[in-house]
Amino acid sequence: MSYYFTILSPTDVPLFNIAFGTSKSGGDGIARFRFPDTAQYMNQFIIHSSLDVVEEAQWMNGNMYLKHIDTYPPASAYISAFLTPSGARFLLLHQPPQLPSNSAGAGGSMSGSLLLGSGGGSSRASASSVAANPTSPQTEEAVRQFMTEVYENYVKTVMSPFYRQGMEIKSSVFRGRVTAAGRKWL
Amino acid sequence: MTQPARHAAMLSISNGGPNAVAVDKQQSQHIHTQSQSSQGLRVPSNRKTIYDRHLNRSRSAELSRASFAFLFAEMVTYAQRRVTGIQDLERRLNEQGYPLGLRLLDLLYYRTMASSTSSSLSSSSTSAAPPNRPLRILPLLHLIHGPLWRLLFNRPADALEHSVSPETPNEYMITDNDPLVNTYISVPKEMSMLNCAAFVAGIIEGVCDGCGFEAKVTAHNQPTEMWPGRTIFLLRFGESVMEREKVLERAGVK
Repeated sequence: MSYYFTILSPTDVPLFNIAFGTSKSGGDGIARFRFPDTAQYMNQFIIHSSLDVVEEAQWMNGNMYLKHIDTYPPASAYISAFLTPSGARFLLLHQPPQLPSNSAGAGGSMSGSLLLGSGGGSSRASASSVAANPTSPQTEEAVRQFMTEVYENYVKTVMSPFYRQGMEIKSSVFRGRVTAAGRKWL
Repeated sequence: MTQPARHAAMLSISNGGPNAVAVDKQQSQHIHTQSQSSQGLRVPSNRKTIYDRHLNRSRSAELSRASFAFLFAEMVTYAQRRVTGIQDLERRLNEQGYPLGLRLLDLLYYRTMASSTSSSLSSSSTSAAPPNRPLRILPLLHLIHGPLWRLLFNRPADALEHSVSPETPNEYMITDNDPLVNTYISVPKEMSMLNCAAFVAGIIEGVCDGCGFEAKVTAHNQPTEMWPGRTIFLLRFGESVMEREKVLERAGVK
């Protein structure tokens, strides 16, 4: 499973974004999207195109966590949304791993041969597990926990007197916290 | 880049239990301190960034009224510099309150969320639903009248009214009999129109805007015999809000 997470201000300015992979069931936390590395902007296209759906859903449903709201079948990308009361949007794109034959090749580029064996094996195993099923209740719950934890850190950012609404979040500590939350729940 | 990732992978292979998570956390903290020490002045010397502080720590703490009065008086004096008139002064006070409203909104929801879910991090028994965002005008007004006022002044506001005139259905009024901000402010006679609670009006405006309800909020004096400092906050919602309100009413959204 690979994730792309982004925070958008109420006026659609990207405030923060990060890409990471799953750390559950033997994942090493590195994002491996199905696009080549030169086409990572595809994630941004897909995630921003779901904003229309978010804006429709946000007036029909008063919850902060809107669950899985949009799907982009060609890349089998699923998008979950979380709205803060002050109008910032947290969007998470998740993409289940591709068939194992391909993922071993992608993994080999960075990690040593030791990890390669275990990585290939685990992704085959996870094809049937929770993480590979983006619309299951377990996944929704894990994403909710992740969003809630990010929200806590977002509130801390917003409460800083030096932060104004709509400013990019550059803090390395915030990035570290989001990474940790991703490692913990996703 | 590869170093922490490989470590995480090994951890989750070896054991998926709570133990692994604890070790993991320790490790990430270690990484933090390393990166922080190289940043110099950007982090406090005791290594406690705002992200290490708990947001509920000051929940029941109260601010000294004297220091607040002093600070607020200074804010009014600051806003009074180079203003063209009372309206300009009120606008400046309003602008000072606005960003505060946006922040308080997020904080308010965070706190109600944290209190409804017991010890948010470890337990998975999050049965109590988090509070809903206001979609219609009335829930928004109740949010301001109750929780927001309690967060700011430790009591709810005194009244909430809808304009009776059929020409202005977009006007709502929130009344405070004795606004805390005006307690130690004495307004000179020639500026009798001035109400420094314009600052609070700015906070309300920030809350409304944050929730997606475009509004103009102003503070007006309306003394009675019993309450000489009685203040009415007049909320005028924009056209777009009223239109959406009608659509949502038809759709049956509460």
